[in-house]
Amino acid sequence: MREDSNTTDDTEVRKIRYAWKILFYLALAVIGVFALVPFVWLLSTSLKSAGNVFRLESLTDLIPKPLTLSNYIQIWKQIPMMTRFFLNSFIICFFGVFFQVLISALAGYPLARMEFPGKKLIMVTMVATLLLPVEANLVVNFITIRAMHLYNTYAAVLLPGLVSVFGIFLMRQSFLVIPKDLDDAARIDGASEWAIWRHVLMPLCGPSTAVLTIFSFVAFWNTFMWPLIVLKNESMYPLTVGLSYMANMFSSDFRLVAAGCLLAMIPVVILFLFNQRYFVQGIQGIGK
Amino acid sequence: MKKIFKNTLAAYLFLLPALVLLVVFTLYPMIRGITLSFYHFNMIQTTDAGLPAPPVFIGLDNYKGIFGDPLFFMALRNSLLYLLIVPVIQIGALVIAVLLNRKAPGVYFMRTAMYLPVITSIVIVGIAWKWLFVSDGLLNFFLVDKLHLLSEPVGWLTDRRIALFSVMLVTLWQGLGYYMVLYLSGLQAISPEHLDAAKIDGANHFDIFTKIMIPLIRPTIMLCVIISCLGALKVFGEIYVMTGGGPENSTLTMVYYIFVKGFNDFQMGYASALGVVFAFILGIVSYINFKFFREGGLQYY
Repeated sequence: MREDSNTTDDTEVRKIRYAWKILFYLALAVIGVFALVPFVWLLSTSLKSAGNVFRLESLTDLIPKPLTLSNYIQIWKQIPMMTRFFLNSFIICFFGVFFQVLISALAGYPLARMEFPGKKLIMVTMVATLLLPVEANLVVNFITIRAMHLYNTYAAVLLPGLVSVFGIFLMRQSFLVIPKDLDDAARIDGASEWAIWRHVLMPLCGPSTAVLTIFSFVAFWNTFMWPLIVLKNESMYPLTVGLSYMANMFSSDFRLVAAGCLLAMIPVVILFLFNQRYFVQGIQGIGK
Repeated sequence: MKKIFKNTLAAYLFLLPALVLLVVFTLYPMIRGITLSFYHFNMIQTTDAGLPAPPVFIGLDNYKGIFGDPLFFMALRNSLLYLLIVPVIQIGALVIAVLLNRKAPGVYFMRTAMYLPVITSIVIVGIAWKWLFVSDGLLNFFLVDKLHLLSEPVGWLTDRRIALFSVMLVTLWQGLGYYMVLYLSGLQAISPEHLDAAKIDGANHFDIFTKIMIPLIRPTIMLCVIISCLGALKVFGEIYVMTGGGPENSTLTMVYYIFVKGFNDFQMGYASALGVVFAFILGIVSYINFKFFREGGLQYY
């Protein structure tokens, strides 16, 4: 930050710079409070032991007195389904991520490195589907799932979300930048297309695969509307649906629900904190 | 010839899983959704024999119904009102991105803090905000007891004049970080020479922001505006978790109404028709966006 220093003397400049700095950090503080308050409230509530969690006399009431971890233990006892919700979320995430990455990597390859009739049509169609709202497809997909006898199964939750056009284009992009000589050399050695994809190209697509894996994980972990529609039994609910169900059922015990919310955030937050670079790359990829 | 055939076969084998799923769960529903919208089809209705009642062709009756349905107009109005968050969220995200586009202590932490809401499930977001919004909750405590800005507690989610705006605040809160990251990457692509040249010419911070940064990141702005318009029209989770469309349908939005008609009332034909109308409205909004940006609605010189 360089102020016009020709006319003013040094102390003046220093004062202005200081004022800007204070203003800057004041702005950051306001934004930071706005961004974090709901999380602070959840954390504070989840660590409280008794009494009205809402009624605040002063701000220090946000600090739990006495501070207790019992809600984090109680939740598993009082809501036995909690373990199931976690398990369901992990199952949905595991298969969802695996197949979404696999399907994207498979489809991205011919779209990047092969010429064949219909290629252009396929790519245009894929981009066009991005403009149409998934929400308009809910009804028919629900009927399809019922007709396939998949209602109330993990497969019902997974199937419509397995293809990600974003993922396909992300993988295509990473195949595009690999030099063509590599697969030509392998082809001369008699390698099949499958072997080239599997053993020559995929090992070079690590970063894109990582970006897609992370995005896909967050998406499947947080998916809510579709499982809400195609799942009937509580025992099938992932955490999102389970928590919203709990918040209605156990609305009196905010402390347990708050603890549940924070527990449900842990996997995604850990993933995020250790892979921020990939998150930024992934979002930037959307802009391309 | 044989080689071309082999090559094509290989290409389609690689594409097969993606194409099958895309056809079954994206392309087919588009077409079937349109045809189904001409039928009366209640999934839980049964015939005398106890079998599910088959769809009955009723022509344009669903559409006639929609255009005489006060709830549809309520949902449409609320969804269009929801678009008000787009300028707020974009200006907010851009300003925050400019603030955080520097190397200073605390900046890295702030970027992380801003992104935390984005990766948090809307269910958790909704639950937390619902509690902040209750009449003796933290928000009223701040505004009434601490800052004395209000004389009495506000029913953020229970007053039908305010509820929609409260839910909009939550969507705004969750989205800021996402657009901030997009703007940050746009800003980081601006070459420092541009900015230095402007400073040498005596431009102040405000001029640099409006005359150099904004025109240079126009493509990013367009992308963000389009994404956030679509996002605003598609809200569902916030509504489901916090208000259920109430009070008195004051937070009923398009997607929530489709959900209610399709999966509470099981009126699949009517819900399909709503879906078609909804897709149409999204198309119009996107078209207006493209038109606006192409004709230089944001051009500064």
